[in-house]
Amino acid sequence: MTVPWSRRVVWTVRTLAVVSLLSVATTVWLGLWVTPPDKVQRNLVRLVYVHPPIAWVALYLAFGIAAVSSLLWLWSRTRSVFWDRLAAASMEVGTVFTALTLVTGAIWGRPTWGVWWAWDARLTSTALLLVLQLGYLALRRIPGDPEARARRCAIGALIAAVDVPIVHFSVNWWRTLHQGATVLNANLSPTIHGIMAWTLLLGFVSFTLAFAWMLTVRYRIQVLSDRLDGVDLDIALRERWSEGDE
Amino acid sequence: MWRDALLVAGKDLRIELRSRVVLNQVAPFAIVVLALFAFALGPDRAPMVQAAAGLFWVAVLFAVVLAVQRSFALEANDGTRDGLRLSGLDPAGIFLGKAAAIAVQLVVLEVLLAAGVVLFYGAHVRSYGAVLVACAAGTAGLAAVGTLYGALAAGVRVRETLLPFLLLPVVAPVLLAGTRAWQVALGTGPGGDTADPWLRLMLVFAAVYLALGVIIFGPLQEAS
Repeated sequence: MTVPWSRRVVWTVRTLAVVSLLSVATTVWLGLWVTPPDKVQRNLVRLVYVHPPIAWVALYLAFGIAAVSSLLWLWSRTRSVFWDRLAAASMEVGTVFTALTLVTGAIWGRPTWGVWWAWDARLTSTALLLVLQLGYLALRRIPGDPEARARRCAIGALIAAVDVPIVHFSVNWWRTLHQGATVLNANLSPTIHGIMAWTLLLGFVSFTLAFAWMLTVRYRIQVLSDRLDGVDLDIALRERWSEGDE
Repeated sequence: MWRDALLVAGKDLRIELRSRVVLNQVAPFAIVVLALFAFALGPDRAPMVQAAAGLFWVAVLFAVVLAVQRSFALEANDGTRDGLRLSGLDPAGIFLGKAAAIAVQLVVLEVLLAAGVVLFYGAHVRSYGAVLVACAAGTAGLAAVGTLYGALAAGVRVRETLLPFLLLPVVAPVLLAGTRAWQVALGTGPGGDTADPWLRLMLVFAAVYLALGVIIFGPLQEAS
């Protein structure tokens, strides 16, 4: 079986892997050793270099890519198997990031709020998002015709995506005790400074790169497993034919 | 579109009138759920009155799952789904018709459940307007999302387990808003003074999913 991508693509993905791992390592180093502890939150502040970047990837980047590519698949002019695979890959990697968002949030919440879990607005809507993403993955796993699966998943993603802003607003009205936004606040003046701000920025870059790398890897797995389905069918057909020849 | 919607809704409701599945099975089930909540919260009236608004809406959500399953079980046999697709009816009309039939059945269930909440839990309604608007908007939204997911899961072998898993998280805003609106109307819990923002939220939810269904039901039918 020939490899369905060129040497250049392979090298680009490898470079992406090395760069993203190195930048995550640098974030860890800066976050744990170089940056000072916070006046109020002490060492807990170090989670800020990890938690918001992961949340950004999970809540906006991954879900956004999945929603947009589902839409592009549904639109007949841009319909291509690429968008279906991209939506699937993005949603699956995004689900991992959403789960990580909740876990890192709980690790921060336990010493700060005194509880692992609170029914705070952002926590609740993130948890709902995780369930919606798991629902998409369940749709994805239903066996059957690839075309029907792509259509089903794209529509499922769309119904869920429309729900996200409604969930966001309803849960916000329902209750809120989450810390306000630190960097992207209303007047766009960050409330953290110096090396801490740079580390946070690097955190955003490195987790975005890591997501991009995982996305490409997941996409390649999707291509290979689609091929495998076709090959399996061919083998089965050939076996039946050879039975007929005897 | 509207004529097709009436036709489909009429068909579904006529089948329901003759088979009485929702009336004889789903309605008693909803009452059983109310009784189970009462067992769980103990014989004292106070916690039940406190929780009445939320329990009503949770029971409605359970009932929606069953009503949607029933509505699409009608199309599962004898190739009726293909028949419906080949009938030349406007997909948007089919969507609105099925949603309307589900909504009518839900309204009947809600009347029963509301009576149950008032009788069993001793809830006292202060504002009938808020209760009615909440039920109307909530029913429209639930029926719309339910019809979409019902159609999505219809062609799938694991639909019985898939449907509640997909449907219930998406309708969480209806549960939140409906509960808050009812808390205001019943004068229990931290609902605040006015139910207006919650009612508006439910209306937006209903409008968004009715619009999405009208647009997307054509492609959706081809997926099953």
